[in-house]
Amino acid sequence: MTKPKISVRNLYKIFGNNISEAVKLLGEGLSKDEVFARTGHVVGVNKVSFDVMPGEIYVLMGLSGSGKSTLIRLINRLVEPSSGSINIDGEDITALPQCDLVKWRRKRVAMVFQSFALMPHRNVLDNAAFGLEMAGTPRKAREDRAMEVLGQVGLQTYAAKYPSQLSGGMQQRVGLARALAVDPDILLMDEAFSALDPLKRVEMQGLMLDLQREQQRTVLFVSHDLEEALRIGTRIAIMEGGNLVQEGTPHQIITQPANDYVRRFFEGVDTSRYLTAADLLDPGLNGHSYNGGPRLPSHTTLPEAMKIVLGMDQPVGVFDATDQLLGCISARSLLVRMAQEARHV
Amino acid sequence: MSNLLSQITQASHDVLPLGKWVNAGVKHLLDNGAAVFDSIGVVVEQFATWVEMGMLALPFWLVILVATAVGVRRLGWKFGLFVALSLALIVVTGFWLQTMVTLALTLSATLISLFFGIPLGIWCARAPRVNASIRPMLDFMQTMPAFVYLIPAAMLFGLGRVPGIIATVIFAMPPVVRLTSLGIRQVSSEQVEAGNAFGCTSTQLLFKVQLPIALPTIMAGVNQTIMMALSMVIIASMVGAGGLGNDVLASIQRLDIGLGFESGLAVVLLAIILDRLTESFGVARESSDS
Repeated sequence: MTKPKISVRNLYKIFGNNISEAVKLLGEGLSKDEVFARTGHVVGVNKVSFDVMPGEIYVLMGLSGSGKSTLIRLINRLVEPSSGSINIDGEDITALPQCDLVKWRRKRVAMVFQSFALMPHRNVLDNAAFGLEMAGTPRKAREDRAMEVLGQVGLQTYAAKYPSQLSGGMQQRVGLARALAVDPDILLMDEAFSALDPLKRVEMQGLMLDLQREQQRTVLFVSHDLEEALRIGTRIAIMEGGNLVQEGTPHQIITQPANDYVRRFFEGVDTSRYLTAADLLDPGLNGHSYNGGPRLPSHTTLPEAMKIVLGMDQPVGVFDATDQLLGCISARSLLVRMAQEARHV
Repeated sequence: MSNLLSQITQASHDVLPLGKWVNAGVKHLLDNGAAVFDSIGVVVEQFATWVEMGMLALPFWLVILVATAVGVRRLGWKFGLFVALSLALIVVTGFWLQTMVTLALTLSATLISLFFGIPLGIWCARAPRVNASIRPMLDFMQTMPAFVYLIPAAMLFGLGRVPGIIATVIFAMPPVVRLTSLGIRQVSSEQVEAGNAFGCTSTQLLFKVQLPIALPTIMAGVNQTIMMALSMVIIASMVGAGGLGNDVLASIQRLDIGLGFESGLAVVLLAIILDRLTESFGVARESSDS
């Protein structure tokens, strides 16, 4: 089994000066609002633990105020943790002294911001080379590298322009290039595409997935948009009031939401696209109903399954990877399930 | 009522003799700090002499040529023409040398103000407590009627350029401190976070992120400092600072309206040229961007 790239244990962030008092109250089961009413302390992150595997895109989802932006800033210590540990490749980041922290940030981790946070006085090339410049890379080397990553995000011809001359989508490409230029193993993306219009957002998500196919980086991605999370996430963690309430693959989140808070994210999202044949089995049928008709692998997506099932009078068999019959799908069970999903939309 | 008021005034002036304390304070400084003030005076005098010698060494046509060229480059040919005509008018009316002396005084006072004001502004931006304690001092420096500085300055540094420059520095420094501090604090939190996230040391954060982004605001402060310095060096002629102020002062003493208008006009033209040129450096980046 591979070791996790990032391993977070019992992480707290409490804004205020009497942290132990607030931690104690949280331990007694009080909510974020109750702790604030009693002590005036704001709970950012409440005892969060999770692992991120190498090469994974791990999406932190939640409404505003759920602590997701604080949590991502704890990972590179833009916000100092109150207690708990953050192990990255086996090294506890929370224990790094300031000078080592600066070195670590230069080499290993890069960040993309919601508001792009480009430097208006630098042109696109110098913005992309910013991280390398801070690390003391000679001009020629850093400009070559910056040009290379600008090529990856499709902005090579804009190198001499200034950020204010670019559209929002292009500015965030520069933000992404700046992060990629330092060749980090960890990429932190804080609502990176949230400020973009829907079409640009989908385009950037596509670019992100393409880049990830070229070179697998460990990505921590904050978002409030479930569709985005489902599209790019390897796994999704859902946060509420500083707590991590559920963690799972997109498929797990869709099929087994932990509570109503999680379910609320489904509103307006076509979740049926993420269902597979294994989710569509007719509960009224069992293996005996299968009489040698068409076979479907269990990971077949709903649109694919529809094409086959709706053209058949008899039930279709669903088989797992070991060729075991899981059950049958009938046209009726398929339509019933789709009607259920449609209620969210 | 007026009786009551005068009673209160009389009684309390004995309890709280603010003016007397200030007199005593200045006297104490005179008695005990003479060496310190003398050495400050020597340094300022030396610096001001260099700047003035530099300005006066330049032939007038060269100054006009350079100023016009800069005007054309930064603000277009119309402003360039205005610069050329204004400076020519100053030459014709016979105030060129005085104008150069005034410009040198303004320049000296401005450079000293920036030398202390910008670091002070940076410090204010980084330490909210410093900011809170310095703000009332800046208010005081900026709003106290300018003449009031001249008397203690003249007592501490003697007559001449030095008390004029020192009083000017006190009067003109607040805007650059305020606007440096404001400019740095206005840098968005995500831009500061971006700097930190990409491994800036605190020095790099200041010089590669905060100061460059704050530059237009800082330049607005520099512009205000220059304008305030110019207005103050005219007043400073009362302690013998020299320059155009001497002519303004003479026109008042002699009730010579014509002389007052001519010398005053030279001040106004110099002020407009300095204002527009320094302002253009403040907005330079924004306009070249779009």
